[in-house]
Amino acid sequence: MSDSTPLPEPAGFPPVTVLAAIRRRPLRFLGSWWPWRCWAYLGSGFLIGYPVLLVLVLLLGFGVALAVVGIGLLLLLGAVVAGVPLGALERWRLRWVEPEPVPDPHTSLAGAGPAAWLRTRLRERATWREFAYATLLGPVFGAAGFAVVTLLAFALILVATPAIVWAIAPEPVMLIPGRPVSGPLEALGGTAVGLAGMVVAAYTGALLAAAQVKTARLLLGPRVEADRILELTRSRVRLVDAFEAERRRIERDLHDGAQQQLVALSMTLGLAELELRGIPQAAGAAALVARGRGEAKVALEQLRDLVRGIHPQVLTDHGLAAAVAEVALRHPVPVTVDLDVPRLAESVEITAYFTVTEALANAAKHSGASRVAVVGKVEGDRLTLTVTDDGRGGADPGAGAGLAGLADRVAMLKGRLVVSSPVGGPTRLRVEVPCSG
Amino acid sequence: MLRLILAEDSVLLRAGLTELLTRGGHQVLAAVGSAEELVRAVEAQRPDAVVTDVRMPPGFRDEGLRAALELRSRDASLPVLVLSQYVATAYATQLLTGSSAAGLGYLLKDRVGEVAEFLDALQQVAEGRTVIDPEVVRVLLSRQSQERPLARLTPREREVLTLMASGLNNQALAARLFITEAAVVKHASSIFMKLDLDATEGNRRVLAVLAHLSGQEV
Repeated sequence: MSDSTPLPEPAGFPPVTVLAAIRRRPLRFLGSWWPWRCWAYLGSGFLIGYPVLLVLVLLLGFGVALAVVGIGLLLLLGAVVAGVPLGALERWRLRWVEPEPVPDPHTSLAGAGPAAWLRTRLRERATWREFAYATLLGPVFGAAGFAVVTLLAFALILVATPAIVWAIAPEPVMLIPGRPVSGPLEALGGTAVGLAGMVVAAYTGALLAAAQVKTARLLLGPRVEADRILELTRSRVRLVDAFEAERRRIERDLHDGAQQQLVALSMTLGLAELELRGIPQAAGAAALVARGRGEAKVALEQLRDLVRGIHPQVLTDHGLAAAVAEVALRHPVPVTVDLDVPRLAESVEITAYFTVTEALANAAKHSGASRVAVVGKVEGDRLTLTVTDDGRGGADPGAGAGLAGLADRVAMLKGRLVVSSPVGGPTRLRVEVPCSG
Repeated sequence: MLRLILAEDSVLLRAGLTELLTRGGHQVLAAVGSAEELVRAVEAQRPDAVVTDVRMPPGFRDEGLRAALELRSRDASLPVLVLSQYVATAYATQLLTGSSAAGLGYLLKDRVGEVAEFLDALQQVAEGRTVIDPEVVRVLLSRQSQERPLARLTPREREVLTLMASGLNNQALAARLFITEAAVVKHASSIFMKLDLDATEGNRRVLAVLAHLSGQEV
């Protein structure tokens, strides 16, 4: 889909991770860079993990032993905050196997100097989580990494046996003890076993790397971030709901207030006109009243269009298909509507409706289209809607505030909006929204 | 003189409409503010005709229209004129595509300003004819896709069809368009021929046209 420009996508479409790479194309995974990245990650993890383990054991051991002296406490504190630079290193190293960077969980410092640094860091949960990660790194991930890298090393040696046999001939080589291999060709069996070993090392390496990524995300990433995103999404949902409620209120106020007043006015004028018609001397006044009534009528028509634009009652009463059919009837460009949808949740119907009206308005204003087609259906629990015109295309989804706003609304419903508008047309707008029912 | 029951939730309009109907020589038996009261009042007082708003309490959706349909399902001969703020054809279609549309009307509220025409439309509904607001018909006629037979109508024929749908008989139609009744008959038969409809009497013609317009089977 090189011709389509996806608008800001909602959360839930992350870049490819190692597990996704395996799941999507298990065989192509072997030929990709992924296994190498995982091996490098695990191997270097082993190289870092054991020194870290050693340092921690020493610091903690001496710390506990010397605690009564006082300096032991300092050693213990040192062991805890040693996790901070290690965390930074590990977050950087994570980039080898994780496309999405893990942000630094630490807050800014409350003052200058080592004392302030120590005070701030020791009070943070992030520091303690990093310490927990540091204790895991050597014994758990280091060991696992060591196992995989060792397996890989043996596999590589086996793969290379024909070359080794050839290099050290005529000395005998024994792949299986007691049975010397006579030449490079016979050593090909070892190559096969080695390749199998590499495949195993690739998959286990990937799974281990994925497990470590998960753990690292949990322990090295900011916890509050997730809460904040959830809170942000919630507040956006609240905003959209409030916005919608406000629209309904304005529509109701106009309907119950100004519209009824205007109808009453035009009724009174109509009665006055009737009375005046009976009086020959008042012909001029009758004409004026008739004009006033005509003006009230125009005002009513304008108000009706305005109210419909704010919130179409037919959408509430008759649903999406009927409301879109009404819009199609009024559209300056012929619109064919093929909407096979039941009544849906109100938020889904409103979003779908405004998507269609926005697309139709754009088609009429910019595209030079001579036909527009609206097609919609519910499959499983997803509503898909496409609006296609035969215009000249070249629409820039980023430019229209209307489309960006729609993308936000669609994202709120955990759906997606895709606009495809190559120069020369056609322009196609597609919405997918989950809906239950 | 008609004995009427009026349902309209706006106090202002209820008073105005009562005055207008009374001045028009009718008797307003009851003027109520909700769909529920409307049904009760009709059951109790057996009016000659009902005039009701679409949007009514308690839900402020299409309660008035639903009440009208309910009343009609109980008594298919009760004339009902629905007043609406919505041009949306879905409401007119919902009202008029029941088993029988005789004695039903769907008018925009704007129309009450044209007092004489409004009273005339009410009279027609009370006499068992069907009245559709010209604005609604205009919307239906304005954008019919090219493959629909309606595209074959001439502008004059569309004009005739619109007036026909608003309940005018041939005589009134001829007067309105400044043509002879014979010309109207000619236009009408041409319309029915183009739409493949049977040219039957008055009210049925409107129904057939409406059913055709709304894409329903006749």
